[in-house]
Amino acid sequence: MPEIALKGISNFILNNIHLTVRDRELLVLLGPNGAGKTTLLNTIAGFTTYNGLISFNGNKINAIPTRKRGIGYLFQDLALFPHLDVFTNISFSLKIKKVSQNKIISRVGELLGLMRIEHLKNRYPKDLSGGERQKVALARALASSPEILLLDEPLAGLDLRTSKNLRIEFHNLQRKLGITTIYVTHDQNEAEEMADRIVILYNGKIEQIGTPYEIFFAPMNEKVMNFIGEPNILTCEYCNVLGNGLIKVECGGISITAPHDGDSIRKIAIAPAHVHVYKDRPPGPDINRFNGKIVEIIPLSFIVRFKIKVKRNIFIAELPHERAKDMNLKVGEKVFLLLKLRWIKTLNERLLT
Amino acid sequence: MKNRLKQLKPLWSILPVAIFLGVWEIVTRLGLIPGKYFFPSFSTVIREFYTLMSSGILVDNFLKSLQRVLIGFFTGSIAGLFIGIMMGWKDSINNAFHPIFSLLYPIPALGWLPILMLWFGIGEILPIAIIFICSFFPVLYNTITGIKTVNRDIVKVAETLGASNLKILLTILLPLAIPNIFTGLRLEAGMAWRVIIAAEMVAIPTGIGALLMRAESLLRIDIIIVCLMILSVMCLSFEKFFLFLEKRLTDKWK
Repeated sequence: MPEIALKGISNFILNNIHLTVRDRELLVLLGPNGAGKTTLLNTIAGFTTYNGLISFNGNKINAIPTRKRGIGYLFQDLALFPHLDVFTNISFSLKIKKVSQNKIISRVGELLGLMRIEHLKNRYPKDLSGGERQKVALARALASSPEILLLDEPLAGLDLRTSKNLRIEFHNLQRKLGITTIYVTHDQNEAEEMADRIVILYNGKIEQIGTPYEIFFAPMNEKVMNFIGEPNILTCEYCNVLGNGLIKVECGGISITAPHDGDSIRKIAIAPAHVHVYKDRPPGPDINRFNGKIVEIIPLSFIVRFKIKVKRNIFIAELPHERAKDMNLKVGEKVFLLLKLRWIKTLNERLLT
Repeated sequence: MKNRLKQLKPLWSILPVAIFLGVWEIVTRLGLIPGKYFFPSFSTVIREFYTLMSSGILVDNFLKSLQRVLIGFFTGSIAGLFIGIMMGWKDSINNAFHPIFSLLYPIPALGWLPILMLWFGIGEILPIAIIFICSFFPVLYNTITGIKTVNRDIVKVAETLGASNLKILLTILLPLAIPNIFTGLRLEAGMAWRVIIAAEMVAIPTGIGALLMRAESLLRIDIIIVCLMILSVMCLSFEKFFLFLEKRLTDKWK
């Protein structure tokens, strides 16, 4: 599988993009709407004009037309061929390559099996559910074994459950096929779960490239922080392994239980959106629930940000405006915090950035 | 009960027609409308239809009209389809032809009659040329629209899957434009009959339209009604035929 190298790519939105996608890597392009994510995919696919240089495995491909670039592209709206049934949709690229009918049947069968959609073979797109369409579109993109896969928000518009299941399936599939993949999303959780590395794109510029951990623990500048949220990062003074993948850490006078498999960690982090604020003590066991006092309230455009002091720590929490209004919180008020176990991230190695 | 109602459904659409014909027959028989010749009864019309059929007059004129419609419609549609495909496919061709076609399109088909009469004279070419013009434009524009309104992402996806431009045209754009193309064909199939009658009434001495005019000068209202009924049935069956074809071609995926 090739490595994709972009050198100084610029056009109407992209601004001097330098990026190398490694062989077999799943790279996630993360950024708000209008950041240029789709444009970057279109540039690689050859749909938009640009200045700069794109190469696959060191071979310059600027002059090569889309249809010869060997790319599988999953569009946001999927763009299944409505007049062709599932089998014909998937076999489209194989027919163009004049693959023999026997081979087409076996290859499509293989893909239908891989996606577990054999029963849909003869249906037309109008008779498929959202998740099924997604799978058919992916199978079609993979049919002629492209070396590069571009996915444009493939899970947008699906219900949460389907989206979660497909996310896992995509991820496993990408690992299995080892296909160099660029995955566009504006969903941070999706990015963190899927990515080998994340690229934060903002107004056509790359603001940060790093592993999900690097991005999350060490957002490089204001823009990244604004987008992914400046996390609460606590330095751990003392660790106690609980077993079953859990660890108990002391940070600034409170003890927090966190998911972790090793025996020591240096820091834990939790995003402000995942610090839950309550007026009354939340029910449940006395784990990761703390008393705190509001020290500052900062209304922002989409959310209200709270700074809450818990012993020697200051937690940042973010609530949607309506929720904050309903709770009618004031500076100096005592509140309860709940940190949900699954959103606590742990770090035990020194970061490079 | 519900099932029985369903079985009766065809009856419900026939019933009003039957009542209409019945009322017509009774009203004229009872002489409620003065002047027997100005409003013949339904049975008189049917009898006249039979007479015209057996004498061969109706068949001859009908075949003349049918032949003109078919030739004009066929050639006009093929030309509209072909140029429409080229214009929908390639922007450069569209840009080149669009101004001239959009100037010619608003002229009603019959508006061409005087100039075509002078150019071609009164003969078989004249009505066929009129029908050609009347079929060409709607098919042209519907074909262009059909191709242009195909989701661009579908075209792009086909490109990433390795399809050449020609392949995309043949396997993606044309099949997806079928509903639009058939809308054009269907509208025109009916329109062609309306236009041919008008042309024959004004300028050509044979065909259903000419028969209409002759009937008028002889005050034969029964013949006029026969002609109008034939016209109505032909318009309808041509339109239904294309509706049926379209359904057959797109029912599975639309």
